[in-house]
Amino acid sequence: MSAKTLFEKVWEQHQVVPESADTPAVLYIDLHLVHEVTSPQAFSVLRAQNLKVRRPDRVLATMDHSTPTDPDEVFGRVPIKVESAARQVKELEKNCREFGIELHGLDRDTRGIVHVIGPELGATQPGKTIVCGDSHTATHGAFGALAFGIGTTEVGHVLATQCLLQRRPKTLAIEVTGKLRPGVTAKDLILAIIGEIGVSGGTGYVIEYRGSAIEALSMEERMTVCNMSIEAGARAGMIAPDETTFAYLKGRRFAPQGKAWDEAVARWRELKTDPGAQFDRVVSIDASKLEPMISYGTHPGMVVPISGKVPEVANDPVHAKALNYMGLNGGEPMVGKPIQVVFIGSCTNGRLSDLELAAGVLKGRKVASGVRMLVVPGSQQVKREAERLGLDKIFTEAGAQWRESGCSMCIGMNGDTAARGEYAVSTSNRNFEGRQGAGARTLLASPATAAAAAIAGKIADPRAYLPN
Amino acid sequence: MQPIRTIESRTVVIPVTNIDTDQIIPARFLTTTTREGLGKQAFADWRYDANGAVKSDFILNKPEVAGCGVLVAGRNFGCGSSREHAPWALLDFGFRAVISTEIADIFRSNSLKNGLLPIVVDDQTHQWLMNHPGANVKIDLETTTLALPTGATAKFPIEGFARVCLMNGVDELGFLLQQAPAIERYEAARTY
Ligand code: SF4
Repeated sequence: MSAKTLFEKVWEQHQVVPESADTPAVLYIDLHLVHEVTSPQAFSVLRAQNLKVRRPDRVLATMDHSTPTDPDEVFGRVPIKVESAARQVKELEKNCREFGIELHGLDRDTRGIVHVIGPELGATQPGKTIVCGDSHTATHGAFGALAFGIGTTEVGHVLATQCLLQRRPKTLAIEVTGKLRPGVTAKDLILAIIGEIGVSGGTGYVIEYRGSAIEALSMEERMTVCNMSIEAGARAGMIAPDETTFAYLKGRRFAPQGKAWDEAVARWRELKTDPGAQFDRVVSIDASKLEPMISYGTHPGMVVPISGKVPEVANDPVHAKALNYMGLNGGEPMVGKPIQVVFIGSCTNGRLSDLELAAGVLKGRKVASGVRMLVVPGSQQVKREAERLGLDKIFTEAGAQWRESGCSMCIGMNGDTAARGEYAVSTSNRNFEGRQGAGARTLLASPATAAAAAIAGKIADPRAYLPN
Repeated sequence: MQPIRTIESRTVVIPVTNIDTDQIIPARFLTTTTREGLGKQAFADWRYDANGAVKSDFILNKPEVAGCGVLVAGRNFGCGSSREHAPWALLDFGFRAVISTEIADIFRSNSLKNGLLPIVVDDQTHQWLMNHPGANVKIDLETTTLALPTGATAKFPIEGFARVCLMNGVDELGFLLQQAPAIERYEAARTY
């Protein structure tokens, strides 16, 4: 048998009908994650055509994007402020009830950002095909799943048939050797990768992240890396499952138990890329050379090392437009720039280890006056675990706000936004114009860098603030 | 869906690279539960200022764009979020095709499913289009060519099955539903 990549193995196991010159492959989907924003129109199509959900047992729904993070709104003590968001919540409740889908609803202790709860529940597993009407579905690839975002029409396709029509993408290996230095996180690594290959460098590809630096990452760090594959243009990013993966999954609600667990692990061990398998493209990165990274522009490829300067690019109207939006000048250092908002959260960096990292920096210190800091756990479970460790106290004593889980200021749909002209150091994944509120200026960084900025009141090198 | 064979229209040029779907339709408009009416909010933050006043210097606010059905934009159009609201908004605004040198994967897939043609052309053709806003172009799905008013033509790639669906006004869901026997066999054969 010829040598195969991880991607090829998962793809081939899910072909209901292989692709031909005339038709794309019919690809079977093992797990379909649904949220309130990109699903209503898909359910409407099912209703209009009198169709059922083919496999409700393969669908999980939650609410995260437009939902409030204020406890009173979440638990129904006061109405949800954004009225249209309240309607979406109602609509998803109704759709899940009528079509028999398991919903992790607003007041459930298992609710959270869709890409945080899938792994947390053990529903995300190696070798699965996973889709969601959300581009950061790539996150689940950290487990060796083939996971990618789809549009609402495709959400309807999967609901009705559990399948998608797909052309086989190309493969891109990103080999990361060396060791990340202290204070340099998985977020810095992925920002550096995007800076290297560009925001469309992965278009048409599925990425496999591999090499010693990737193997050394925890599951949560691997999720941070795979999460931002889409920021490099790739629909999916994958990491081969290993002992770290199995240890994370064991005992979780949807993970196989007993004999089935042993069989599953034996199967999952086969999912590595075979020696000699060919990728369409290979990129190598030396992790030991990287510094903490921060974005300066209006897309995630516009990043520099924290000690760097805003690049000077002559005669480039797009670069000039980005700097104009950001209120930055070519040549000015990043460190020392005053900031007004810090956001810790999102499906990129809203997990327990992210909160621990930020709390480690903040412990015994105060958020600078004039800075508003929002800490939003990625899920209710992350919130509970953080509270058990006393992280919430560290945040609130420092002067930060501690919220219920959700996407919050990553996308600003629920009223959690930064104001026009404000600089927000954010652990999320997109620094597009207006992403965190009309006119808001996003600076993407790691939880450590974000926490350091909160204390300093300006962009700061996190390595000066790290606990020993 | 209406069958699409050719589109002939004048172009609008937005000479910006990496136009992401948050620009095409900002997230605050995604709390809708229908597909309709999003054209009003297409490029909202580029069309209106902080007070909601029309920015008259932005191209989509100029009178000459009336009736223009083809949008020409810089490289990597439609990157970012998977929101299908982006093609819905562009279609509702009146666009029927987008031309660039590179179009992001999910946006392209979403566009094809809604009858918005994502047309990728070579640098030279693109440069000509960027330099000639308002040019009358013809897109032919049958021959997969774009014809410029100069008489020059450029081939564009388009996934074959999607093309046939567009030309015949066929919905891909119907095709997938017909695969039910194969799906059943697949499900029965899976042991895990
Ligand atoms: S946290 Fe942000 S990127 Fe992640 S799913 Fe929510 S809105 Fe999307």
